[in-house]
Amino acid sequence: MNINAQIAKTYIVTNKKLTGVAVAGVVLGMSIYIFMNSMLLGFDKASSKSIFKTTPHIRVYKDDEISRPLVSSNGKKMLLINPKIVPAKNTIINPGLVISSIQKMKDVEIVTSQVNANIFYNSGKSQITGLCSGINPEEADRMYAISSTIVEGSLGALKGNPNGILIGSGVSDKMSLRVNDYVNITSSKGLNKAFKIVGIFKTNNSVIDKTKSYVNVLSAQQLLKEGNVYVTDINVNIKNPDDAEKIAIQISASTGYKAEGWRQANETLMAAQRMRKIIITFVSTTILLVAGFGIYNILNMTITQKINDIAILKAMGFKGNDVIRIFVTQAVSVGIMGVIGGMMMATLIITLLQHIYVGGDIGYFPITYEVTKYIQGIVVGMVITFFAGYIPAKKAANIDPVEIFRR
Amino acid sequence: MKILESKSISKYFTDPVEFQVLKDISFDIEKGEFTTLVGKSGSGKSTLLYVLSTMDTDYTGKLVIDGQETGNMTKDELAGLRNEKIGFVFQFHYLLSDFTCLQNVMLPALKLGKLSNKEIEERAYQKLAMLGLSDQALKLSSKLSGGQQQRVAIARALINDPLIIMGDEPTGNLDSNNTRIVFDIFQELSKNYGQTIIAVTHDDDFASKSDRIIELKDGEVIRS
Repeated sequence: MNINAQIAKTYIVTNKKLTGVAVAGVVLGMSIYIFMNSMLLGFDKASSKSIFKTTPHIRVYKDDEISRPLVSSNGKKMLLINPKIVPAKNTIINPGLVISSIQKMKDVEIVTSQVNANIFYNSGKSQITGLCSGINPEEADRMYAISSTIVEGSLGALKGNPNGILIGSGVSDKMSLRVNDYVNITSSKGLNKAFKIVGIFKTNNSVIDKTKSYVNVLSAQQLLKEGNVYVTDINVNIKNPDDAEKIAIQISASTGYKAEGWRQANETLMAAQRMRKIIITFVSTTILLVAGFGIYNILNMTITQKINDIAILKAMGFKGNDVIRIFVTQAVSVGIMGVIGGMMMATLIITLLQHIYVGGDIGYFPITYEVTKYIQGIVVGMVITFFAGYIPAKKAANIDPVEIFRR
Repeated sequence: MKILESKSISKYFTDPVEFQVLKDISFDIEKGEFTTLVGKSGSGKSTLLYVLSTMDTDYTGKLVIDGQETGNMTKDELAGLRNEKIGFVFQFHYLLSDFTCLQNVMLPALKLGKLSNKEIEERAYQKLAMLGLSDQALKLSSKLSGGQQQRVAIARALINDPLIIMGDEPTGNLDSNNTRIVFDIFQELSKNYGQTIIAVTHDDDFASKSDRIIELKDGEVIRS
């Protein structure tokens, strides 16, 4: 071991209390930093997971159009002074072609058409309003993992069964409907049709459980008195949900229909997520900085305490750089001990939180061990401790030993 | 052989008012000389010693140690020179209190890095034995008496076989018994080992027994 490292080691070992306090400071800062950031990522993941249970990554639909003058009038005044929505059908023309063209695009995983219809559930005298989604069961299951939410019956029974329906657990409770019972459905177009319940699902999102039902696309088209080319929505799932906005623009450009990414569709949730991110980043960085200042102060104190030693060492022929090395070694050793302790502490906190049940459609507290946050914490912690040692040591290294002896 | 040459060294303090502490000081010191710097308090003798030790670089004039001019050397080069050629004994023992006596003595040699750790340890034991401290070697330096600590400091100054040993009132803080012991050590080093010694003292008895006395008054040499 080199002489500077030996001196640093002696200082660390003989001043156990001071070393302990400094290490505890780093441990606290590090663990909270890692834990807070892991929690933030966990929240984000949980909220996107719950979004993706009902929302596709990208939704392609025909947007309402505003009426325009038939003849474009360059530079002249518009003839229409009160443009309004054109009462056109919200249907996608030739959906088969659109779907196959989207399917050919890069990074696209699942493309499925969907027909949504506003309906009433009727059973005896009771009536509930709701939303019926006409889906292709296999594709929709891959997209929303519907089968994982089914509590009674099965999704498989819906396949190729134009009279089958999957209803939410809220609907089934309210109307005391079980599997194999019949439910009468009235569409907004006034059409009445009886469906046989093949399954009941429970997403733990009470609004969805109390209103939603799934039928085959064909049945939904019937409810709306439309033919089998009537498709209102094409849902697209891609490999990486974070690319949704970028790919949505491409889809929009190539198909001419409005394509909307999941972030755009859930603007409020996204805003809340951004806000949470700002708050947690701010708080965790502050804690890390405060811990950094604590270490700086403690090391500054050791150096003030050891100023005589520094003068003696310099009188004996130790150079300015040797002094810096001694104290930086001390600081970095504290940093390493603190970082290791901090990681263990963070792991402990995360493990404890993972076992807390919060209920709802989230279940257990949504937090995971985020490797990137651990690495970030290590880097930031080491940089802070390095400078906390370097800055006061640099100051001490530049002092002439005589100045210290004369005091 | 001249081991140290001081050529018209002057030094000013600027705080609180400008004041010339050293006025045009010139003298040579031969190898093996036991020199004492004496003078009243405030005569500039300690300031001169710090200049000669290369720890104070804020002066005008020329200082030559072992044929090397120190004026244009960097601070790090000066530190290297001190490490190899100058041993220092302070008024207050100035040992590192977190280390054992042995470690304190070994430090300058470990810094020099010319010998292996084992050889350095052997040498350090030798020096401590020479000063009658071999049984204290593994104690923390802060646990020793004042006289013992001063002897450890001398052992430390000797570890690299320096050309010059400098002492800033090395006996200033000791009782008469320990003063005698330290003086005897210095004298023995000078007589038997041909060691060059420069010591600042206000103890006339101590000074009168040395080879040469340089007396300062108001920053000027009045006897050399």
